[in-house]
Amino acid sequence: MKKIVIALGLIGMSAFALAQKSSSDSIAEYRQMLQDGNPADLFEAKGEGLWTQKRGPKNATLEKCDLGKGPGVVKGAWVELPRYFADTGRVQDLESRLLTCMQELQGFNADEIAKTPFGKDEQNNVTAIATWVAAESKGMKFNLSQSHIEERKMYEVGKRIFFMRGGSHDFACATCHAQDDKRIRLQDLPNLTKNPGAGNGFGAWPAYRVSNGQMWGAQLRLNDCYRQQRFPYPLFGSEVTIALGVYMGVNGKGGETVAPAIKR
Amino acid sequence: MQSKYLLSFAALAVTVLTACTTPLPSSADLDKLTKDVVARSFRAEGQAQLDRVNPDEDNLLCAQADQTGVEINEKLATAIEARNMQTIKPPADGKYLGDFKEGEKIAQSGSGKTWTDKADAANGGNCYNCHQISKEELSYGTLGPSLYNYGKMRGVANPSSPESKLIVEYTWGKINNPRAYNACSSMPRFGHKGVLTEIQIKHVMALLLDPASPVNK
Repeated sequence: MKKIVIALGLIGMSAFALAQKSSSDSIAEYRQMLQDGNPADLFEAKGEGLWTQKRGPKNATLEKCDLGKGPGVVKGAWVELPRYFADTGRVQDLESRLLTCMQELQGFNADEIAKTPFGKDEQNNVTAIATWVAAESKGMKFNLSQSHIEERKMYEVGKRIFFMRGGSHDFACATCHAQDDKRIRLQDLPNLTKNPGAGNGFGAWPAYRVSNGQMWGAQLRLNDCYRQQRFPYPLFGSEVTIALGVYMGVNGKGGETVAPAIKR
Repeated sequence: MQSKYLLSFAALAVTVLTACTTPLPSSADLDKLTKDVVARSFRAEGQAQLDRVNPDEDNLLCAQADQTGVEINEKLATAIEARNMQTIKPPADGKYLGDFKEGEKIAQSGSGKTWTDKADAANGGNCYNCHQISKEELSYGTLGPSLYNYGKMRGVANPSSPESKLIVEYTWGKINNPRAYNACSSMPRFGHKGVLTEIQIKHVMALLLDPASPVNK
C-alpha cells in the first residue's frame, strides 16, 4: 500500500514535468516508474473479492455469472465482449452484463445501479469487477463474434453512430478518431476504425487515470467522450455505448488487450 | 407435454435459423434503427439538451459520406456551402479585428458547451486543440493545419488596407462558418452555432491577422 502511495505521488509530480513530451513517451515512462505498482491492481483485487463475496438481497456470489463463455468462466470473456446473450435477448458489453448478473443472481436492481452516478455506491463495485474481469484476459486477443444477426446489426449501428456529427460543435467520434497519427494538444489520438488503434484504444479500458486518480471503465470513458463532444448524456449501458463497443471491438480484432491500462 | 416440447423445439429452430440465415437489414433500415437507438440512449444534462442529437441536413449528408467513404457529390457540396454562406454576416460596426491578446486566451481555452459548463459562461475556441498557432505554445494539436504566420504568409501587412480585404473577409467567414468553403469540414461553425460571440471572433481574427500578433512574428 505504502509503495502505491509513493508511486502516486511520483505520478503527480512527473505529470507536470512531462507535460511537454509526447503523451506516448510520458505514459511509457509512467509505466516504467510504476512497474509492478499499477494502482489498477487495487481495483482488480477488490473486483476479484466482490466476485466471490455473498452480497445483495439474495446474499449470493457472482460465481455463476455467465459472461458469454458459460457460467463462471471469466478468463477470455472480456476479449469477446460485447456479444449477444440469448437470456436477455440483447447485445451486452461487460458492464451491462455485470448488471444483469448482479440483478439475477444477487437481487440488486440493475436499473437503479445504471442510474447511479459514476464513482458512487454500487457503480464503484461494477468498475472494480469489470477491472478484474478484463485483467483476467490480459495479453489475449480481441475476437468478438459477428455470427448473430443482432451482433452484425449492432456493428452497423455502431459505425453510423461513430460517424454521426452533432452537438454545438458538429463533432463525431470520427472527427478525432478516424485518422492515423493525429493528436489533440499533445495527446495522441488512436484511429479507432482499424488496428492497431482500435485494439489499443478500446482494449485499454478499464484504465487507471493518472490525471485524476480514478479508475474508469469503458462506460465512463465513452461518457466523457460524449461530454467533450458536446452531446447530451449517454445512459449507462445504453445501446449507443454498446454499439460503439461492438464497432471498436470488431475493428480491433486480433489486437491484444492491455486492460487495465494506465492512462494520462 | 408433447406439444410443449414441440413448441420449444420450434422456438429453438426459429432462433437458430434467425441467427444463421437472417440477412442484414437494408442500409436505409439500419439508418432508421440507428436513429431509434440514438433517440433512446441519451438524456438531457445541463445545457446539453436532446436537440443536439438531431443532426441538421448538412451533418447528415457529411456523416454519410464519412461513413461510407463515398465523397459527397459536387451538387450537394455546392448546396451545403451556399446555405452556410448565407449565415455569414459581416461585423455590425465594420471592424474585423479585435485584440490579439484576448484572441490568444480564447484560442487556449477548450471549455464551453459541455454539460459540465455553465450555460452563461464564456466559451473557448478550442483552437490549440487542433492547430499550431503561436510559436511559443508547444502543446498544440494536429487535426487542423498550422496557423503559425497565418497573416504574414498571406502578405497581410495592414489588415484594414484594400489589398487585405479578401483574406480578412475569408478568415472572418471561415471562423464563423467553415462549411461555407468546405462542405464537410471538421471545423466547428463558431459563429453560426453560437459557440463564439462576434467580439470573440474579432479577437481570434486579430490573433491570426494583426501584424503585431505573436502569430505573425
